[in-house]
Amino acid sequence: MKIRSMAAALAVTVALPFAAAHAADLEVTHWWTSGGEAAAVAELAKAFDATGNKWVDGAIAGAGGTARPIMISRITGGDPMGATQFNHGRQAEELVESGLMRDLTDVATRENWKDIIKPASLLDSCTIDGKIYCAPVNIHSWQWLWLSNGAFEKAGVAVPKNWDEFVAAAPALEKAGIVPLAVGGQPWQAAGAFDVLMVAIAGKDTFYKVFKDRDAEVAGGPDIAKVFKAADDARRMSKGTNVQDWNQATNMVITGKAGGQIMGDWAQGEFALAGQVAGKDYTCLPGLGVNDIISTSGDAFYFPLLKDEEKSKAQEVLASTLIAPATQVAFNLKKGSLPVRGDVDLAAANDCMKKGLEILAKGNVIEAPDQMLSADSQKQKEDLFSEFFANPSMTPEDAQKRFAGIIASAE
Amino acid sequence: MTGQAHTGRPSRLLRNLSSKIASIPMMLTAVVIFLGGTIWTVVYSFTNSRLLPRAKFVGLDQYERLWDAPRWIVSIQNLAIYGFFTLVFSLVVGFLLAALMDQKIRFENTFRTIFLYPFALSFIVTGLVWQWILNPEFGVQSVVRALGWTSFTFDPLYNADIVIYGVLIAGLWQGTGLVMCLLLAGLRGIDEDIWKAARVDGIPMWKTYLFIVIPMMRPVFITTLVIIASGIVKVYDLVVAQTSGGPGIASEVPAKYVYDYMFQAQNLGQGFAASTMMLVTVAIIIIPWAYLEFGGRKRG
Repeated sequence: MKIRSMAAALAVTVALPFAAAHAADLEVTHWWTSGGEAAAVAELAKAFDATGNKWVDGAIAGAGGTARPIMISRITGGDPMGATQFNHGRQAEELVESGLMRDLTDVATRENWKDIIKPASLLDSCTIDGKIYCAPVNIHSWQWLWLSNGAFEKAGVAVPKNWDEFVAAAPALEKAGIVPLAVGGQPWQAAGAFDVLMVAIAGKDTFYKVFKDRDAEVAGGPDIAKVFKAADDARRMSKGTNVQDWNQATNMVITGKAGGQIMGDWAQGEFALAGQVAGKDYTCLPGLGVNDIISTSGDAFYFPLLKDEEKSKAQEVLASTLIAPATQVAFNLKKGSLPVRGDVDLAAANDCMKKGLEILAKGNVIEAPDQMLSADSQKQKEDLFSEFFANPSMTPEDAQKRFAGIIASAE
Repeated sequence: MTGQAHTGRPSRLLRNLSSKIASIPMMLTAVVIFLGGTIWTVVYSFTNSRLLPRAKFVGLDQYERLWDAPRWIVSIQNLAIYGFFTLVFSLVVGFLLAALMDQKIRFENTFRTIFLYPFALSFIVTGLVWQWILNPEFGVQSVVRALGWTSFTFDPLYNADIVIYGVLIAGLWQGTGLVMCLLLAGLRGIDEDIWKAARVDGIPMWKTYLFIVIPMMRPVFITTLVIIASGIVKVYDLVVAQTSGGPGIASEVPAKYVYDYMFQAQNLGQGFAASTMMLVTVAIIIIPWAYLEFGGRKRG
């Protein structure tokens, strides 16, 4: 008897501290591991820790392609984390449909996300059957051409103002021993560069016809043929890149070994980390200097359904912390991305970010292919373009035929 | 073997009861996990499962798409090249090393350790090491250029036509030591008297090896063959670490196709179809061989 009551008393003393504190540890998985990205994610962790909870960092090295399978298998395998990054779009669609993700509608209505999140398409991408399942944290746009001013100076040509000038300047760069266009070996880089060329050269309407309406006829038609012609130029200019990761390719631009790179605005974090100044050390051309349009995909946090009540409460806190103005500013300045709300002050933003904000304010935005195509079609595209960029004997005509085939079978 | 007195004949089922009980978990694992998992995979390869398995059957659609995919064709070709050369080179080189090692040389232990050492490394480490060695900017090419041959070019990993041979080099470096050790053990198992008899009869050494010793080592060769072959079919991590399938899709392998389509493309059906094709390929090779090896005659 005595022993039992003592054990009970002991159990109470152990249990009490847990019941009293409302804070919880939340494991957050993401694939932000490059220098600039890690600095940005530390801001999120700081803001969440300030609420009395604890951010347990679950960074997964390698790009999204490596990280997403791990995240998904943890969620489907019954070992969910507290929150996880995905690109908003269709990546988490099936997880939501099978009831594995948590509905955030309560938090969203309480804090009026509908009114503060701009552009509205971001929240639409989080919405499935009228319920909100994710908290967007930033807007990333793919449509940027980053140019090294030093490389062009060395080659003795002016820094180009658009894609055509860049192509024309390529021979001079090559003569100076500089790779004109850095394209890393990861498949998504080649596929992404093609999508950027498509918006710039074929325009918004054609872009939507191909990716949104999945019109295979347009995909095989003359407008897209022009895009493949440009991709052919890009392929020639990228010869000799010989690096894998996107940040290594960006580093070639930073060090002046490459003339330029087509990469999303996340590249900006790398320039900032290297202490380079926009306009002086490097130049950025949104929409390749041809077509001032940016896409508004980006990162969002999804919250798996948890049984633990404390943790569920902490999830709500995290969701509202991510959207809070102070977090938005601190995070996005480090990340080089744009905030998801229009009402925050980004006075500290650099030239390139200001250009992006201006285009955003004008409403020249498009949805990203991630939001329109399934992961399956995106993967097929990646296979096609990584082969196209690596294999000079593949003609643009053949590649276009295969591209049209992928669009025709997309669902 | 405790020699207990029996009053009657024990039933066949109860003989060696404890060992039968002990093997139940392994049998369950084999039947439920291996066989059950295989059947499940094959069945679901006829569905249009995306991220999660769902039983909506679409016939042979996944297989049609698979064999239309250029990446799958490249993967199969690569596996054939990699498999053929791995088999030939690791057996030939492994046997030569073992035969040399068997000449009662000095420091045999040291050499054996050196040759076997790469096998202690994982494929990931092997892949990374060889990625650096074959990198034109700081590997073999730059060393040779620094020695004076400035036009020397050696960059297999960045040349789509020969990239699979770059992977092959790394695979051989890693695996040949093990083959050597296995064959050396086989050679040591050959009776000294056979060598003496051959020497008395005046048979040259190479003939002794080729016509007497190697046929006697048949069981060791078969074990080695199975180990090499299973390594070939499942090659994945080496490619991921060394080239991640690049440049483009030039060094893709079937196992990587399965993984990428199951998890990155969130298309389980397509991944299952590809893994079923891998199983069929293995079966096509194994079944006739097993038939020749075990069929017809019974072994004692």
